[in-house]
Amino acid sequence: MKIVVFVKVTPDTAATVKVDESGKVTWGDAPLVLNPWDEYAVEAALQTKEAHGGSVTVVSMGDESALEAIRRALAMGCNDAIRIEDPALAEDDSLSTAKVLAAAVNKIGDVDMVFFGRQAIDGDTGLTPPQTARLLGWPYIGLVSAFREIDPDGKKLTAERTIEEGRQVLSTQLPAVVSVAKDFGEPRYPSFMGIRKAARAKVPVWSLADLGIEAPAVKVRLPELMNPPKREVQCEFIEGDTPEEIAEKLADKILAEKVL
Amino acid sequence: MSKQIWAYIDHFKGEPLMPSWEGIGAAQMLAEKLGGEVVAVILGSGMDDAVQRAFHYGAAKVIVADDATLADYRPEPYTETLAKAAQEHNPAVILFPTTTRGRELAAMTGAALDAGVIADIIDMDVEDGKIVTTRPVYAGKLLAKAVAEGEPQIITLRVRAFAKPEPDESRSGEVISVPAALSEDAIATKVVEYATTEGGVSLTEAAIIVSGGRGVSNNPRLQPPPDITDENEIEVWRGKQGFKLIGELAETLGAAVGASRAAVDAGYIPYEHQVGQTGKVVSPDLYIACGISGAIQHQAGMRNSKIIVAINTDPEAPIFKLARYGVVGDLWEIVPALNEAFKKKLGKK
Repeated sequence: MKIVVFVKVTPDTAATVKVDESGKVTWGDAPLVLNPWDEYAVEAALQTKEAHGGSVTVVSMGDESALEAIRRALAMGCNDAIRIEDPALAEDDSLSTAKVLAAAVNKIGDVDMVFFGRQAIDGDTGLTPPQTARLLGWPYIGLVSAFREIDPDGKKLTAERTIEEGRQVLSTQLPAVVSVAKDFGEPRYPSFMGIRKAARAKVPVWSLADLGIEAPAVKVRLPELMNPPKREVQCEFIEGDTPEEIAEKLADKILAEKVL
Repeated sequence: MSKQIWAYIDHFKGEPLMPSWEGIGAAQMLAEKLGGEVVAVILGSGMDDAVQRAFHYGAAKVIVADDATLADYRPEPYTETLAKAAQEHNPAVILFPTTTRGRELAAMTGAALDAGVIADIIDMDVEDGKIVTTRPVYAGKLLAKAVAEGEPQIITLRVRAFAKPEPDESRSGEVISVPAALSEDAIATKVVEYATTEGGVSLTEAAIIVSGGRGVSNNPRLQPPPDITDENEIEVWRGKQGFKLIGELAETLGAAVGASRAAVDAGYIPYEHQVGQTGKVVSPDLYIACGISGAIQHQAGMRNSKIIVAINTDPEAPIFKLARYGVVGDLWEIVPALNEAFKKKLGKK
């Protein structure tokens, strides 16, 4: 099977992200990492390759910092990588990104499955995976928690996905696009050999000209980024001689807030 | 002809999800400021009841595609049908609830119509005739203003961020039927079955959440059954007992049960309960954090709760910086006592 997994580099989840005086987003010296949701996509892509043969290509759009994410995915076991960078992509939104990623899938050619994480923890939109599917004209199964059947010869895919009401089992045709949810299972750690191989890997860079497309129009803009209002709360500590006394006082305080 | 402001009604097996009605409320606000009429849009099979309820909640018109191919949400027929209806009726705005289906359908409809999509907003206003939205980024560590060019503007609303209008059963309006766009043999995706997980109150829709962290297993007095001897298994067993206490308090309050990542990773409770940056983002009226220290990743998921109550043995725990009320104490003593106190005060046995 020919498998593509799209990844993004993001600040670590433990980072304190702030807007500085010039309006720019900073996260101090916190490291850039493979977007945590994408780790599950890489894991699912690798398990699919291991079960059905073939190769996994990791693709990321971004400047050289994207190599942090790409090298992590390579170290986990992806076979090769492509980075997409072009000065005309300085601005983007979910749909313009999806157009670039769909063009990349078409250029790679003969792809059977495309994997995404559920969303990137910086932009938090979760729109790009279904949009890429729609632009490719391929079926989409979002938030996959398990595969029941992947049949590359019969071009069939059956997967469980997580929805508000529980789990939904969908079957569809290949090629298809999926996004992978956290309940798929723990992503693997890179092996020592994998890390060494990833460090040496040469990652080709594709421009828009390589993809054969013009810069897609950007329709959604973020004119202003702000630090959220500080939570101005003074914690009132409830004390008492017994748990019952504390509970009694606390329950009265909560009832007085009229939130029940 | 006046502009149409659409509110897409997400449903499961014909039963609309509560946040769908919040979309009608938000559409009413936009219709007042931009001019225009509120139109609810319903795709499904056997949707007469949902159509009437959309009128009760304030829709002036309802566009409905009622067809067997639309009985279950599937991306292809829903996107195709909605996009076709939009091309015909030219709405200025399409609002979706940020549910799993709503987010997905908004994204694909945007791709089908080549329109900008703004996901998961918590606020919006009209400035100089343009919609300016506010949405959290970096899991709520920052806020961004977001604007879209062109029409339709496709926007998904964070669940519970917009008020639900009061229904009025005397209201009705014009029903506009549109056809389903795809025949069954043109749809690759089929629903095989549903495997429901445990019931209970949905986290993102919950008005009250009682949440547990790693601290719920911290009860050395609690003796495990004799067949559990492994240290790790004893901890997990204690964690599960701790979540039973949390669950009992949640039941008394009609609340959903949440958990920190630490509790989920330790295996005390399934992932679907996780609140935080890599779990669910919630904003209930009341959030009771039990044995949760309040790591930045957890805060990202719950800091917008109206009233936060923290119960923790460590007075230095960061969760107390967010909390309105705090108890420095053992949740194994406080939570059952609190449950009893609420039962008494709320008149429950």
